[in-house]
Amino acid sequence: MAFIPHTPADVEAMLATIGVSSIEQLFDEIPASLRVKSLAGVPVGLNEMQVGRLMSERARIDGRPLCFIGAGAYEHHIPSAVWAITTRGEFYSAYTPYQAEASQGTLQLIYEYQSMIASLTGMDVSNASLYDGASAVAEASLMAVRANRKSKSLRVLVPRTVNPMYRRVAMSTAGNQGLRFEDVPYSPESGLTPVDALKKYEGEDITALVIQQPNFFGQLEDVDALTDWAHSHGIFVIAVVNPTSLALLRPPGEWGTTGKGADIVVGDGQPLGVPLSSGGPYFGFMTTRTEYVRQMPGRIVGRTVDLNGREGFTLTLQAREQHIRRAKATSNICTNQGLLVTAATIYMSLMGAVGLERTAAASHARAKDLVAALSSVKGVRRAFTGPYFHEAVLLFDRPVAPILTALASRGILGGLDLSEIYPELGYALLVCATETKSLSDINSYVTALGDAMQSAVRAA
Amino acid sequence: MSNVPPDLQYTKTHEWVRRLPDGTVEIGITDHAQHALGDLVFVDVPEAGRALKVGDPAAVVESVKAASDVYAPVSGEVTQGNPELAKEPEAVNTDPYGKGWLMRLRPASGGTTAELMSAPEYQKLLQTEAA
Repeated sequence: MAFIPHTPADVEAMLATIGVSSIEQLFDEIPASLRVKSLAGVPVGLNEMQVGRLMSERARIDGRPLCFIGAGAYEHHIPSAVWAITTRGEFYSAYTPYQAEASQGTLQLIYEYQSMIASLTGMDVSNASLYDGASAVAEASLMAVRANRKSKSLRVLVPRTVNPMYRRVAMSTAGNQGLRFEDVPYSPESGLTPVDALKKYEGEDITALVIQQPNFFGQLEDVDALTDWAHSHGIFVIAVVNPTSLALLRPPGEWGTTGKGADIVVGDGQPLGVPLSSGGPYFGFMTTRTEYVRQMPGRIVGRTVDLNGREGFTLTLQAREQHIRRAKATSNICTNQGLLVTAATIYMSLMGAVGLERTAAASHARAKDLVAALSSVKGVRRAFTGPYFHEAVLLFDRPVAPILTALASRGILGGLDLSEIYPELGYALLVCATETKSLSDINSYVTALGDAMQSAVRAA
Repeated sequence: MSNVPPDLQYTKTHEWVRRLPDGTVEIGITDHAQHALGDLVFVDVPEAGRALKVGDPAAVVESVKAASDVYAPVSGEVTQGNPELAKEPEAVNTDPYGKGWLMRLRPASGGTTAELMSAPEYQKLLQTEAA
């Protein structure tokens, strides 16, 4: 189907119909002082050949480093078929076509995606995706305010073990809508959010508690105790999860001992077949229970039958969305990340439940190998006790930044320096390994780290 | 022609108000409103205990083609939202003045009330809107 909008003849005909001589004239009501005549500092356009060359040059600067950075985006093996299928003409479009009469294939794919994500998270319903994990946390907080009718406070507890970038995006997005995001401290021994840290909120009106599993440090939170505490105080549980980990861990739909589970589940879908790509684009996912579906933002595809009883797919529950509810829509972003969801759906189909489980198990095993190998280097030890999934925090006896620079010069991205975000930890590094890292990769890291530690100055 | 029972009061935004013997009021949307909306698929009623001022959005009625707010015609505290509508939203279509009631509330003492119309006045409004 052609998405080319209007020809010059169409434009002329439309202008003639409304009696306007040029498109420019339509903007007459904007005062001249507010019009930007030219964009200073924006260079002239480049053609495809020039852009291709520029991007290849820049990609060469990046090199092909061994990446041990996780912190929200994870390097996984992506079967070649995923993007070979995703970039077929039938799917490959900057615009997700939703028209039921023209887009049954796209709609069915989104429906399958929703079914898979709902099943993975153990929840009833999924939307068609959101922009990324961070904006999904913001949307989940706004949704909790609408759905948790017992609470009027707009207060959302965000443990410091939640991805700090997610917290910042949530504050940017929802802070001006009156929501308050309040820190909850973590235990310095376990790197976990203790229920004891929540006790001081008992008796207060709290709208929601965000629980990230595995948490930002890679540690496994006591999700049952946190969920039970929240529910026993009328507080919504917003789960933030890594989809790969759900192949091994209990889904948020089953958190807690009452069988109620999390109320809203979100996360970043990047680990499901989306390359790191210098930080994006990725996609966010969101699932919930049926009773809250009308408070869920974003598009939802449903399965139905046509007049002749034949199965078909169509957008549903659109009264939540902007084009119908205007200012009262559930979100100002009622769209989805169609292309990345296509890749994720194909990835999940090709991997299957067993493949995803093996990926998760291999990632966990490699991370354990990595942590064991790195903590054998003098001056390096693990920061926290207790189980972790595929990343962990290491403490150094000297500043981390010069060490990372030395590692980078040998083609190794050693991890995320936490000293600015969590200064109280001291010289802390968040490291990650997935199934993409071999034992020889880990050995390269250990050797390079040993050399870097020799030349780096030890803290006084 | 829309059904406009003579014993009720009406608002410009097509809600009806019934004064109950216990001093509370019952609120719903008119036959004209349900007809204009079409088949309802979902009705969101307020929780008991919620305080409403005249003109506050108090409920949402969603049909296959639109979603509309229902505004509080009287200030007061909600005593009950119609619990049956979660399972049976079509009751608003089939019985807008009976089983399709949306909420009951206890008017605030000295609270304000929207300008309510009598049945003949509301009939006249409908005729004006139609013309």
